Amino acid sequence: MTTIKIITGHYGSGKTEFAVSLAMQLAEQGRQVALSDLDIVNPYFRSRERAEAMEAKGIRVISSSLGHASTLDLPAVSAEIRGPINDPDYDVIMDLGGDEVGARVVVAFSEDIKRRGYEMLLVINAYRPETSDVAGVMRYLEGIEYTSKLEFTGLIVNTHLIWDTTTEDVLAGLELAREVSKQTGLPIRYISAIPSALAGLPEDTEGEQLPIGMYMRDAWM
Amino acid sequence: MSKVLMKGNEAIGAAAIAAGCKYFFGYPITPQSELPEYMSAHLPRVGGVYLQAESEVAAINMVYGAAGTGKRVMTSSSSPGIALKQEGISYIAGAELPCVIVNIVRGGPGLGSIQPAQSDYNQSTRGGGDGDYRLLVYAPGSIQEMVDLVQIAFDKADYYRNPVMVLGDGMMGQMMEPVEFKDDLPKMELPEKDWATTGTKGQRKPNVINSLYLAAEELEQHNIRLQKKYDEMKQNEVRYEEYQIEDAELVIAAYGTTARIAKAAVDQLREAGIKVGLFRPITVWPYPYDVVKNLPESVKHILCVEMSMGQMIDDVRIGNEGQRPVHFVGRSGGMIPTPQLVVDKVNEILNGGK
Repeated sequence: MTTIKIITGHYGSGKTEFAVSLAMQLAEQGRQVALSDLDIVNPYFRSRERAEAMEAKGIRVISSSLGHASTLDLPAVSAEIRGPINDPDYDVIMDLGGDEVGARVVVAFSEDIKRRGYEMLLVINAYRPETSDVAGVMRYLEGIEYTSKLEFTGLIVNTHLIWDTTTEDVLAGLELAREVSKQTGLPIRYISAIPSALAGLPEDTEGEQLPIGMYMRDAWM
Repeated sequence: MSKVLMKGNEAIGAAAIAAGCKYFFGYPITPQSELPEYMSAHLPRVGGVYLQAESEVAAINMVYGAAGTGKRVMTSSSSPGIALKQEGISYIAGAELPCVIVNIVRGGPGLGSIQPAQSDYNQSTRGGGDGDYRLLVYAPGSIQEMVDLVQIAFDKADYYRNPVMVLGDGMMGQMMEPVEFKDDLPKMELPEKDWATTGTKGQRKPNVINSLYLAAEELEQHNIRLQKKYDEMKQNEVRYEEYQIEDAELVIAAYGTTARIAKAAVDQLREAGIKVGLFRPITVWPYPYDVVKNLPESVKHILCVEMSMGQMIDDVRIGNEGQRPVHFVGRSGGMIPTPQLVVDKVNEILNGGK
């Protein structure tokens, strides 16, 4: 079965890296994937920067109506985004811009999204100062639900320190996500991290594990 | 304190507040807008004020006024916005006031682009304002170094009563890295700010903040006094990093983002047995001329790598004093060089231009 997955959260929590890694994984499994880059908040580090690599894997990448050019600081969203939302043959990944303000753009498509059914997933990185505790995470969770007019269906544990991430870091993030889960009833849907950090997790850890491909980060960074 | 993951722009804001910055005046411009945004959210929490001015010119003049009270104050912008601030920067330097100015450089000239560049090297180290003034200019190469230097910058600004600039590029502003706010950063002994306009309370003569000296003799004396400060900076404030220099046949000179790219190139070349090193200025004014001058005998070439058409190369040449050929490779306009571009250029130089 195909789904719409809306990836959202605080800016800098790792939404884009997660979205691209997930798109690549699904494409490698032979699924028909569309990735919609709806980030019109910040022109740096958007998934469209990796359009070429994704398209090479057969992923349909949709961003601005003016093309994927990374230098366009314009709130131009392509109407093409509606296509895969209404096409049940597609697994749709929607990569939203950061924070409440970034989530606002999805409202234009929310009726179509609701009609088909969706998952909206909150990316949480406990090492981001603004989302280091339950109250901080709840602020973003409530703010994004308010502006997007959609409801969260799950959480993504994405607690990391880029290349330095260890299994202990992931477990610390899992702890925070469990508290949020207890308070909201939202399940932990994914745990994402670099493969070496995922490798040490206990076998019975909840959530699907998604290895991060570091697609957005050049090796020299 | 443990590590947190921060974007360059917000890390600068957090570091400034940790250093006691209470006032921020600015105007949004990509790619540094997260910094004013951070200050607008966080300064009120520490009893400070964030104010979005009507323009960059207004913002720097608000900095001028606030700095006169002796409180710690900052502004930030990106290339064309910094160009607009130049008059104010010259006034602040002339009036001998401390402040910290952040420039997150984007492609130029003019409005240019919103992608990262290093083409404000001249604007930062030579300045666009009038007169014989200088800024202490830090060019960090990581978000951690940025966090440390922003805090140090406030001390240096107070100590020298002079603006200090933190020079980054769009990549340094936008990229994320783990950072730690250290408790043990070196703190300077700072004199009482007896020059600040804090009200006489009828107890003393008014303090005057001014950069106008109509008598030529007085202005000359003022300039001589300023020059002594700049000489002291040259003596005491030079910072740099050397990497694999000792036996190098070729040394790459690069700062900030391009130094990271160059370091990746050095590692790649060293693995292939090619003797290459990296010289990374951390202060671009004062410039570490002596490092270039005194490079080991083994060094036959210097390669300057910049995200510009070549600006720092002039300082490398000054330091080099004609000893060795100085080469250049770079990208501009918002394009980022790859480690491979640097590797190819090094190979071309060492193979005699082939």
